[in-house]
Amino acid sequence: MKHQITAGFIPLLDSALLVAAKEKGFANAEGIDLTLVRETSWANIRDRLAVGHFHVAHMLGPMPIACNLGLAPLATPMIVPMALGLGGNAVTVSNALWAEMKAAGALPDLEPKPAGEALRKVVAARRAAGSDRLRFAVVHPHSGHVYELRYWLAACGIDPERDVETVIVPPPLMADALGAGTIDGYCVGEPWNTAAVEAGHGRIATVKAAIWRSSPEKVLGVAARWAEAESEALAALLRALYRAALWCGEPGNRDELAAMLSGVAYVGRPAEWLMPALTGRLRIGTDAEATIEDYFMPLARAATFPWRSHALWFYSQMVRWGQTEHSAGNLATARETYRPDLYRSALKPLGVALPGANSKVEGALKSPTPVGSAGASLTLGPDGFFDGSLFDPDRIDDYIAAQKRDR
Amino acid sequence: MPPAPLSILVIDENHIRASIIEAGLREAGHDRVTVVHDVAGIAARVAAINPDVIVIDLENPNRDMLENMFQLSRAVRRPIAMFVDRSDQSAIEAAIDAGVSAYVVDGLRQERVKPILDMAVSRFNAFSRLTRELEEARSELEGRKVIDRAKGILMAQRGLTEEAAYALLRKTAMNQNRRIADVAQSLVTAADLLGPGDGQ
Repeated sequence: MKHQITAGFIPLLDSALLVAAKEKGFANAEGIDLTLVRETSWANIRDRLAVGHFHVAHMLGPMPIACNLGLAPLATPMIVPMALGLGGNAVTVSNALWAEMKAAGALPDLEPKPAGEALRKVVAARRAAGSDRLRFAVVHPHSGHVYELRYWLAACGIDPERDVETVIVPPPLMADALGAGTIDGYCVGEPWNTAAVEAGHGRIATVKAAIWRSSPEKVLGVAARWAEAESEALAALLRALYRAALWCGEPGNRDELAAMLSGVAYVGRPAEWLMPALTGRLRIGTDAEATIEDYFMPLARAATFPWRSHALWFYSQMVRWGQTEHSAGNLATARETYRPDLYRSALKPLGVALPGANSKVEGALKSPTPVGSAGASLTLGPDGFFDGSLFDPDRIDDYIAAQKRDR
Repeated sequence: MPPAPLSILVIDENHIRASIIEAGLREAGHDRVTVVHDVAGIAARVAAINPDVIVIDLENPNRDMLENMFQLSRAVRRPIAMFVDRSDQSAIEAAIDAGVSAYVVDGLRQERVKPILDMAVSRFNAFSRLTRELEEARSELEGRKVIDRAKGILMAQRGLTEEAAYALLRKTAMNQNRRIADVAQSLVTAADLLGPGDGQ
């Protein structure tokens, strides 16, 4: 008998693994009848997972942690047995803001440091002139987007709470909001940065893959109750998603993947808008292009492994921005949300390279580094933060204290 | 002393459905009901209305924004707790099945909120049923129109009477195990593609 699995997703490029698992038959080959349901908000994804409409879902990496910490209005216990890729976001600013940043020294190379320093000068000049604070949009208060945007701003000397305003806007509405002048910039996944460039509304200033290389983004969120009751179905799904990642990671399949995702049932935007994230060749403004090879990684660098150090970094940022209190209990809840043990046991029969550790020091690898792993060979990194700092999950108290002191 | 009347905010981009909800609330004796269709400038509206209960349709893509706003107690002065009582799983399921979500200020007694949510759920369900029936009626009407066109084509090109044209469509549909409207649609499409353009 087939496993019946219903998954919710949001129309974004990084729903790719779920879409490919269904469309390319990987789910079917694992004995899964996979139903994908497109949703309009992360809140709907969370609620429908809580009441059992969905067994699993495409989720923002910090969201299951936030739910387990009781930070969401309605949530069921959740686990993360797999990530759905690394990177994929960018920071886009309005043409007007880019002009100010450019005058202040921003370069068209997506480097976070010069862009952030130029932005700090713009912020200071606006404050001196008595102008309104710049307004940046993110997709959700518990998202990689808000944490990486704030990390970048703070590391460049901009106070993300005092110097700028942060608002929530759904991804498909970002480009229009930028064009209408309701917001000055935003951090979002693709194709919603490309959408603003295509419309002539904005300019990509920097990217997630440059702020923190090989950084976590979307994950597979799973209702804990279901995972416990249907462990075989879940393991089969993880294998199907891993095969989908292998397929998505193959450069020769990019055109087909972009065409697939462009379908009305999925992202519903032109395939040409999805190619930049897949190839890393971004159109960053009407007159400029840039290449970021590892813009979005569906497979390489253990891109689907649910690192506990990723969960803990998200947790450290929840503490940093006052979303939760730092305590031993909360720390344990965050760490236990991510389940590398389930990933390993599900993928073992495939004989593929699996990380031996559950955590790593984030930012420690300056270049691609082969690591010891069960079975075949595996390469991790580079994974550096743009400001050169490290996140050692074993010294999270120090990290949290240092970030508190810096404010 | 009876408790102060509840202030209820309904956020729904669908004007008809919002009116149906509003009417239901007023019939149930709630006279402090505000309906908002467009979320632009919603923060100021929420602060002014100071709602005890907020009802939102699940299709609204701005739910994440709204929820974030409710959770920032500064925006609404009092903390908005959550979707009704967490323990009442069946009520939550019924609401989500119906496509509606509700947020309630902290400390409001369950028995005051439950009837509001129940009413919203039943009106959302009634609205969905109505929409479905309308959709069926419309597709029925369109089916009839296309059957008329297909009959016209058969009458003109094969010299059949109207009755014979219809009989032919019906027989073809039965043989192919398809709906008459679908057979008619295929014929009309084929005629459009192949035939001498009738004014196209």
